[in-house]
Amino acid sequence: MTTMTLEDRNKRTMMIAFGMALAMLGLGYAAVPLYDLFCRVTGFGGTTQVASESDAAMAERLAASAGGVSYSIRFDANTARNMPWEFKPVQVTDSVAIGQRDMAFYTARNNSDAPITGTATFNVEPEQAGRYFNKIQCFCFTEQTLQPGQEIRMPVLYYVDPAALEDPNMEGVEQITLSYTFHKAGQEPSSGEENPS
Amino acid sequence: MATTAEGFDAHHEEHAAHDHADHKPSFFSRWFMSTNHKDIGTLYLIFAIIAGVIGGVISGLMRAELGSPGLQVMGGVVNFLGGDGASFDQQGHMWNVLITAHGLIMVFFMVMPAMIGGFGNWFVPLMIGAPDMAFPRMNNISFWLTVAGFFSLLFSLFVPGGTGLGAGTGWTVYAPLSTTGSVGPAVDFAIFSLHLAGAGSILGATNFITTIFNMRAPGMTLHKMPLFVWSVLVTAFLLLLALPVLAAAITMLLTDRNFGTTFFDPAGGGDPVLYQHLFWFFGHPEVYIMILPGFGMISQIVATFSRKPVFGYLGMAYAMVAIGVVGFIVWAHHMYTVGLDVNTKMYFTAATMVIAVPTGIKIFSWIATMWGGSLEFKSPMVWALGFIFLFTVGGVTGVVLANGGIDDNLHDTYYVVAHFHYVLSMGAVFSLFAGFYYWFPKMSGRWHSEFLSHVHFWIFFVGVNMIFFPMHFLGLQGMARRYPDYTPAFTYWNEIATYGYMVMGVSMIVFFVNIGYALVAGKRAPGNYWGEGATTLEWSLSSPPPFHQFETLPVIEDHHSADDHISEKPATA
Repeated sequence: MTTMTLEDRNKRTMMIAFGMALAMLGLGYAAVPLYDLFCRVTGFGGTTQVASESDAAMAERLAASAGGVSYSIRFDANTARNMPWEFKPVQVTDSVAIGQRDMAFYTARNNSDAPITGTATFNVEPEQAGRYFNKIQCFCFTEQTLQPGQEIRMPVLYYVDPAALEDPNMEGVEQITLSYTFHKAGQEPSSGEENPS
Repeated sequence: MATTAEGFDAHHEEHAAHDHADHKPSFFSRWFMSTNHKDIGTLYLIFAIIAGVIGGVISGLMRAELGSPGLQVMGGVVNFLGGDGASFDQQGHMWNVLITAHGLIMVFFMVMPAMIGGFGNWFVPLMIGAPDMAFPRMNNISFWLTVAGFFSLLFSLFVPGGTGLGAGTGWTVYAPLSTTGSVGPAVDFAIFSLHLAGAGSILGATNFITTIFNMRAPGMTLHKMPLFVWSVLVTAFLLLLALPVLAAAITMLLTDRNFGTTFFDPAGGGDPVLYQHLFWFFGHPEVYIMILPGFGMISQIVATFSRKPVFGYLGMAYAMVAIGVVGFIVWAHHMYTVGLDVNTKMYFTAATMVIAVPTGIKIFSWIATMWGGSLEFKSPMVWALGFIFLFTVGGVTGVVLANGGIDDNLHDTYYVVAHFHYVLSMGAVFSLFAGFYYWFPKMSGRWHSEFLSHVHFWIFFVGVNMIFFPMHFLGLQGMARRYPDYTPAFTYWNEIATYGYMVMGVSMIVFFVNIGYALVAGKRAPGNYWGEGATTLEWSLSSPPPFHQFETLPVIEDHHSADDHISEKPATA
């Protein structure tokens, strides 16, 4: 067929092989946004969902027909080790009917003498509840800046999607814990102060 | 240097008939700028033996520490490396450093260089009838990159790694321990070491793929290739597809550590679990990278010493392909406890179990090859039989661990340590010794002592089983891996394991005495010293083969099959 020399054929095969290696390197990096997308879509690892007002209204109507199941919601608050904020939930638990919108509050106080901007990461436990835990409003969607000594109340508006009732993995789940951790925004990740050495 | 070169010249005159084929360059250019696949293979084997001794001494320190509860040995090791041996933190850190170094050295600088770089380089071109590898100079670069990687890893032992000297992250280098948990340059050097070794392996893999696809002797179709060549081909593809993912993951670690990215840091929207996914997407194919060339060697050896073609050649070849393919979609069985939901665990359990099918085909076919064969228990064969037995034991515990439910209990216990040492420290290493005794006279031209090889086998067999079998009991009773100390309740079996290490150590002395004996006083080996059962192309050459072989390419005729490349055409065809 072709009259390529051995040397040319070798070069071609090598280039194809290197191309495969480069493609896998690219896929390795592509895994970062894809994994993030996967978690947000499927609620994998307890990633909560973001819902609009109209989603919430729809859920409420659905829930009305489903009957009055309710969940106990626990609120948990943490700060990263180098974050000098006092951060806690106003209410430790709350009981909410499925599909019902509920507002919960957290307070945060900056105990340092410098203004600090923080962002909150979040997830829920048990993890299979992530895809049914919908937030309409949350302080975790944006960065928060606190002046020295300033204290604020921050709302979370959320509901539990009635679709949870049809998921066998949600059987036996009576309590869902919503957990937040405040980090300094834009901090350098490997700061020595976190180390005991 | 000059005297050695003269030594080669003397050798050269003995073979005046093969004047051109045997012309060798001077010592320095021959061994440091080598482009000859056999010399590079030899370099890889020597390198792997040195790295294996270092990794083995490290495991000796670990077994000494675990010989009784409490911390006895680590303080001395810390002092030796220039730290503060009285510090409890530094002792604990040194333990982490040792397990990390043992794992990385054995995986990247012992098993892989020996299997792929050593035997692969030596015998793939010989078996397919090629004069050399496709890219001889790239072959040389692969080797020296691996050596540079090894030095980078060793160097990391002498620079700060957070709590003490060295990188104490485990061979998996999980974030956040390897990012915010280990300040200091040690982990950077360890990561750089993986980059270098990985780059060397990727270059090597492209070289093998090109060689095997383009440089087979006339008439040798893919379905007539020896199974060892098949195993290296599949391994090369696994390397090519898996290593870049590791490279991506550890590069992200590096930028997380040094340049403020947050791939694995939740504070910036990253996720440490993503690192584990990326690592094991590489890590699981990696375990097949380490064992598949062993499968190939065992197939050659079992067929040779049964004087029968291997049973189910195509099944054997495609079982390796299947293992390679399925190996890419089972990675999360290493991370059942990170919080996967039930359905995900169910999938990974089922997919993992599927791998037992092609693996079972291979074990079955080796036994079927021996069935009714004219068995000869020469040294490579006893190592191969040891491999088949012990690899199967490791495979059975693997099927146990594949269950997501059971793994919740056994994860990170000594049961896992026992499992992967049965498949690697016995599977891979037994196949390496089998291959070594099978081909050593071919490579060196001199016979080892068959008696010492059998002594080596039996002492090693008893030793490693004494080390690792008790670990099943310890793991089932809940002894966690990665700690230098344990509750006194675990003392009994740990003591036995430590005695087992000493037995194994004695066998390694026998091994080195055997090599020394062969090189100094070994009888000259003829071209085909195993006789009738050895039918691949390397046996058509002298021992050692000429410096440049196959100047006239061998031709694989129609009457040759996958199992026989050298017989004459039968008179009545």
